[in-house]
Amino acid sequence: MSIKTYAQAIRDVIAEEMRKNDKVFIMGEDIAKQGGIFGCTRGLLDEFGSERVRNTPISEAGFVGAGIGAACAGMRPIVELMYMDFTYVSMDQLLNQAAKIRYMFGGKATVPMVIRGQQGIGRGNGGQHSQCVEQFFMHIPGMKVAMPSSPSDAAGLLRTAIRDNNPVMFFEHKALYATKGEVPDDPEFAIPFGKANVLKEGKDVTIIGTHLYASKAMNVAKTLEAEGIDVEVIDPRTLVPMDTETMINSVKKTGRAVVVHEAHRTGGPGAEIASIITEGAFKYLDAPVIRLGAKQCTLPFNLGLENAVVPQEDDIIRAVKAVLYQ
Amino acid sequence: MIEKERMIHIFKTMNKIRKFEEKALQLFEQNKLRGSVHLCIGQEAIPATVCSLLRDVDYITSTHRGHGDCIAKGAELGRAMAELMGKATGYCKGRGGSMHIADFTKGNLGANAIVGGGLPIAVGGALAAKLKGTDQVAVAFFGDGASNIGTFHESLNLASVWKLPVIFVCVNNLYGISCHVSESTSVVDIGTSRAQGYNMPGYSIDGNDVITINDVMEKAIARAKAGEGPSLVECKTYRWFGHWTGDPQVYRTRQEVEDWKQKCPIKRFKEYLITNNILTNAECVEIEEDAFNQVEAATKFALESPEPDTSKVMEDVFCEN
Repeated sequence: MSIKTYAQAIRDVIAEEMRKNDKVFIMGEDIAKQGGIFGCTRGLLDEFGSERVRNTPISEAGFVGAGIGAACAGMRPIVELMYMDFTYVSMDQLLNQAAKIRYMFGGKATVPMVIRGQQGIGRGNGGQHSQCVEQFFMHIPGMKVAMPSSPSDAAGLLRTAIRDNNPVMFFEHKALYATKGEVPDDPEFAIPFGKANVLKEGKDVTIIGTHLYASKAMNVAKTLEAEGIDVEVIDPRTLVPMDTETMINSVKKTGRAVVVHEAHRTGGPGAEIASIITEGAFKYLDAPVIRLGAKQCTLPFNLGLENAVVPQEDDIIRAVKAVLYQ
Repeated sequence: MIEKERMIHIFKTMNKIRKFEEKALQLFEQNKLRGSVHLCIGQEAIPATVCSLLRDVDYITSTHRGHGDCIAKGAELGRAMAELMGKATGYCKGRGGSMHIADFTKGNLGANAIVGGGLPIAVGGALAAKLKGTDQVAVAFFGDGASNIGTFHESLNLASVWKLPVIFVCVNNLYGISCHVSESTSVVDIGTSRAQGYNMPGYSIDGNDVITINDVMEKAIARAKAGEGPSLVECKTYRWFGHWTGDPQVYRTRQEVEDWKQKCPIKRFKEYLITNNILTNAECVEIEEDAFNQVEAATKFALESPEPDTSKVMEDVFCEN
């Protein structure tokens, strides 16, 4: 085990996979000399050179599409989007092309590509640089969706993503980059997709949280422990494929669930998870599933306003008490 | 310079495309094809000539009007027709249809129903070739309409900056559905004018003339293989039929269509072959009849092919690792 930041964990896995497989290369904005604006590609240019570590022009549709073409032609590109908000300017290439190629062309083509980048609040980046956008990629079939919440998960899930033969949307969180944690030194360390992480077992209520809300849910669990409430905390880790079994089984045990994420609540991942739980564990439920997510307004710039839009730990506590009728 | 064998190959391909499209129209009118069918009759010289210069390992991306590109890149007529009919034996097992034929084994990275959608993908094929150090090239086929969408700009700029072995072949058939290029496009000559902005050679040529297309494409491919980067080749042509098979075509006159039919690329190349003693008239007629018969056999294969198994509709969303 080594103590690494989330950003270092990502950087190291990219480097290790590039060393092992010369088909893996990376491209994106300011990733070469600059090492990425969050440092996730620092040093890669020196080690691998400018053919395999490619600075792109500000042309997201162009270079995402080039990644797709390169993947179809036998390479394994990692495409970095500086902000996942920029998926919107490359949406046709992502959703009409990458996601559909295998199915639409009759199952012969493979598109082994990782599109990675960060999203979310925390730096006062305003409405076009602070959104969470994973829900779009759950809705359209054909892409896998990973949401690492810790340095170890970032390493293990990214290795799986790079080795996957399907397009993978790899969502990092800007507020997690500096967080530190233990990461296995094993260069083969990989976390399978579709296997949720039960961060804490409990018997009274299940909290399902992604990204920042995995650790916030743990904080809430600790707070509520003092009040005698035993919380189970689950991080789904990947939204596509989704480990519905672990979540349903948890709710069969606890009878109550709160789903929390930073993406907008309306039509967000929580809506899907709440439906899955309701369909899969209805007769075990003692209360309706509560969803928490960003309010249905644009992410504002001001820190106080930003915090007012996304769920806070107090909101999660209130939701847990609500499903417990307290 | 086209060697004799390749000339004959091009002529055969042009005839196969023409007969295939005529059959597709007939089948559509008989309600044996559903969806929209975009015919490339009148444009056959472009795919037939361009693809005669490519190998199976070279890549193309194509468009909604892509039957000709797919056939020229080596598609079997039976499997292509079966895909138009949505049959299990089609190239995409009935999931793609007329606008989405792909055959990666022949370097066809797919026809694309999003205007401009294929350009970045062709750039990626060329990028892979560069990274692997092969002499493969990629050709992006697209229309005049696609030269106005953002991916055109992004793809040409990216390919130029990275000196990628890709040739952008703009099939300018003068209309985007009903909209004439003069209403939609800021320049008269997309090839020569727009290439300047990307620091690459640009050509605006007669897209109904096999010899001209060949000469220009030979230069563009040689440049790509020499590592000097991309080229933009605009081939001016005309689609004889509407945008799709049900298009009322209120936007153009019968006379205009008739005038262009006089410039038929197949008739023109046939005359060239006979005048230059490459083929006799009888040999040309034999090739035309053979193309007709191949399409008939393909149609029979497609009609007799099974429907896809609906229980397999969820297969292939993802591939196993």
